[in-house]
Amino acid sequence: MLETRKANGEVITGSVKLIHAAGMHARPAVKLTKLAKKFQAQISVRTSATAEWINAKSVSKIMTLRAARDSVIEFEASGEDAEAAIAALVELVATDFPDTDP
Amino acid sequence: MNVRPDIAGQAYKGRTASIGFAHGPFVRVDAAPTNDRVVGTPPDEERALRAALASAGRQVAALAEAAGGEAAQILEFQVALLDDEEFLEPTFAAIRDGTSADAAWAAALAAQIADYNSAADEYLQARSSDLADLRDRVLRTLRGGDGETLKIPGGAVVCADDLPPSRFLEIDWNGGGLALLRGSPTSHVAMLARARGIPMVVQLGAVPTDAASALLDGEGATLELDPSSERLGLFERRRELHRKNRASARAILRRPAASWNGDKIRLLINIQQVEDINHPDAQYADGIGLMRTEFLLAGKTDLPDEDTQYAAYDTVLRWAGNRPVTIRTFDAGGDKPVPGFTEAGEANPFLGVRGLRLCLRHPGIFSVQLRALARAAVRGNLKVMFPMVTAPDELEAGRALFVEAVGLLQSEGVAAALPPLGIMVEVPAAALTIDRFKAAFFSIGSNDLAQYVTACDRSNGALAALLDPLNPAVLDLIGRVAEFGTRSGIAVSLCGDMAGDPRCVPALLSRGLRELSINPSALAQIKRTIDELGSGGGRE
Repeated sequence: MLETRKANGEVITGSVKLIHAAGMHARPAVKLTKLAKKFQAQISVRTSATAEWINAKSVSKIMTLRAARDSVIEFEASGEDAEAAIAALVELVATDFPDTDP
Repeated sequence: MNVRPDIAGQAYKGRTASIGFAHGPFVRVDAAPTNDRVVGTPPDEERALRAALASAGRQVAALAEAAGGEAAQILEFQVALLDDEEFLEPTFAAIRDGTSADAAWAAALAAQIADYNSAADEYLQARSSDLADLRDRVLRTLRGGDGETLKIPGGAVVCADDLPPSRFLEIDWNGGGLALLRGSPTSHVAMLARARGIPMVVQLGAVPTDAASALLDGEGATLELDPSSERLGLFERRRELHRKNRASARAILRRPAASWNGDKIRLLINIQQVEDINHPDAQYADGIGLMRTEFLLAGKTDLPDEDTQYAAYDTVLRWAGNRPVTIRTFDAGGDKPVPGFTEAGEANPFLGVRGLRLCLRHPGIFSVQLRALARAAVRGNLKVMFPMVTAPDELEAGRALFVEAVGLLQSEGVAAALPPLGIMVEVPAAALTIDRFKAAFFSIGSNDLAQYVTACDRSNGALAALLDPLNPAVLDLIGRVAEFGTRSGIAVSLCGDMAGDPRCVPALLSRGLRELSINPSALAQIKRTIDELGSGGGRE
């Protein structure tokens, strides 16, 4: 379920299954973008069902993903803190968007 | 303001969204003002929009902080949008091309709102009202209107076409009330009004714009404009009675079960979702008379799996302990469409493939629910009922699927049982031939029963007065089912709005009902109503 790997030296990727019962709706989307914005890295996100990568710091874009429960969320990040960003985002989704501020 | 003789004393009838009384200045709140601004150069316009967005962000954040809880979560989405460069970019691009700030913002938001509205997902559709809320707030600020605060005197009766949550939260409601021309008792704003005890009436239709004062009666669902002193006196007496009732009702909750004519009256609660068991009064209920399961279908692109459903049922059964919990299988269709499940394009959805009819057409989806229920049946005092049953064959077809699900689970080594199986009585044909159904219990769904008996679409506000649950034809059918239950020893309860309406309760008890299922917030009021009837009617 949780997997991070280093691709060509600078792009870090990770993927995680969405277990949130209601799918990627407003509340989880807000939490995800808030967390993504804490990092300098450029972070993109998509579901395994959609080809296009979108900006993980944009709540409106994440809403348009319409990711359902049990879909696989993929992240891609580049930049200085890319590795930490991917680890934190995968953790957020894997732990079902806990209420305490990450 | 002058009092216009032609509207003075006029009363308008709507639907109750939240009970209570308000008397105060009448204030019309309308959509964003349309007066045009003086348009500057593109850099001026960009600065004006930046300032308006920052101001809107501060307003919404302040509202969220003051409101807390559920309201704060509703508003946090808007705060995040205001901080989303990708969301804002189309507006700034249009401004650079020479469009004014307000026109660019309105057009960009209109495109987003249309996109949300076109989503198959009902949850996303509902979020479009959050976008409209944000659009109007920024426009008000840009146009130099009353963006920072709504200038509404405290204790006013506020009248609007509809009202979004953020505007609701910035009004000082102390002593006031809300009258909506459209709106719905199930909207976010109605939930907030009930949680705060603010009277609210919806679906009033057309109401004049220029009255000076108003009376809002959340119980009778009426709005009176510029009342005479006589009307005001009557209103004040109803309000005082209501206030006394509320105060003593809370004390009544703690007393033992209500009784009437020496019979114990069981008061159960209706819940729409698992969280409803957290209502502070829910603990005093004799059980759950109706747990709806449509929430499991709402706002999802996939139908819920067996484990998700089981977890929801199990949570409620554990909460209830030994008390009975009646779960109703999916009642989709009619006014509750579910993409990928309900039939599209029916000319008459209320007379269409809904409730059990729909489930029997989708045995794959239905069996997942029946498996989850069969597993839950060994965890507590569970009963299951089917909605929208017309003929005995349908009950038997549902039972056969249920028996099969139990058998399969047991052969897989999973603990499962067939719970007592009952039906909702809401189709007149079922009520008229109730003795043909081999059910363990009956639950009268008075909302749909009244709709079908009076031939009045319950979603059509123009028919609200005709759709009277106290119509003798409706009461006759209720009496017929109750009488059959008493005679044959089969439990009969009633779980529609009538059970929570103090005016209807005497008619229900006198027709033989001894079990009512109501919203948790109505428990105290109804228990008190029964106590008062009982004290005048030969209690043991």
